[in-house]
Amino acid sequence: MGSAPASDATSDVYLLPTVKTAVKLLVVGHFAVGKTTFVGSLSEIRPLRTEEVMTRAGALVDDLAGTRDKTTTTVALDFGRLTLSDRLVLYLFGTPGQQRFTQLWQDMTRGALGALVLADTRRLDQSFEVMGVLEELGLPYAVAVNHFDGAPLFELDEVREALDLLPETPLVRCDARDQESSTRALIALVEYLIGRTGTLEHA
Amino acid sequence: MTPRRRPPERLVRSYVVTDGRAFPSRNTLDLVTMVVTGEDLPLTGLSPEKRRVVELCRPGALSIAEVAGHLVLPVSVTKVLVADLMDSGHLVTRAPYVPANPAFDIRILEEVLDGLRARL
Repeated sequence: MGSAPASDATSDVYLLPTVKTAVKLLVVGHFAVGKTTFVGSLSEIRPLRTEEVMTRAGALVDDLAGTRDKTTTTVALDFGRLTLSDRLVLYLFGTPGQQRFTQLWQDMTRGALGALVLADTRRLDQSFEVMGVLEELGLPYAVAVNHFDGAPLFELDEVREALDLLPETPLVRCDARDQESSTRALIALVEYLIGRTGTLEHA
Repeated sequence: MTPRRRPPERLVRSYVVTDGRAFPSRNTLDLVTMVVTGEDLPLTGLSPEKRRVVELCRPGALSIAEVAGHLVLPVSVTKVLVADLMDSGHLVTRAPYVPANPAFDIRILEEVLDGLRARL
């Protein structure tokens, strides 16, 4: 069949017929922080890339009227899939967390359970913009320090202070190249989301 | 209003693929909405892109994000195509159940946690 993916067996490409629910988590962070590696370590399918054409926030009307300069740009979106049970599948979307892509963020965060922020100890300051966008969108997140060979090893307490995290925000180390380590980072996020839901219900 | 200027990088421009529309005929489609080819309807009259979507989704269900990824189409264009194909009966969403706000559905979160722990 011409348009069916040629290189993979059908069973690896398509969802199980029993899957009833699909959920999504975002994997965010600045350029070259390891998002694609992280998604690739966990995904059961060959990670896919798609793109979205973005119009700068609020500029759509002006753009259509032709009164503005070019206001569109293209953002790449890497994603992978994990079948978690016969009925449940989890999608991971990796994307750059830049303020100017807020429209894309709104599309991705609608219905998302939460986000994992990947951070690099050599460039912690670059994580602030990402965390700011998540806070603005009201999406709960955990932070995972992705270990790079040769990067300085800081105590997590120091990283927490440098990132000015709330006391309840989970902060873990991970190696995005390693499946088990990456899975543990997601577990830390989901445990936090569960605890938080309990709190909100009783609020 | 017709935009006077378009980004030049795409070989076939998005608005040609979507018959000039920027928004799908239904707004309930999400990146993770799962779609699969429905009744065995004839493909005559469908654009090449729509045929590719129908054929891609014939062996089994895929999320809209995966359809976009496999066919190398932007997500927004894919949503327009999928919505049309749902209107014409070629595609169905396989999971009509979508939690209104899964972030507050403790049962879903616990299933996710169990599934992740089982992978360790």
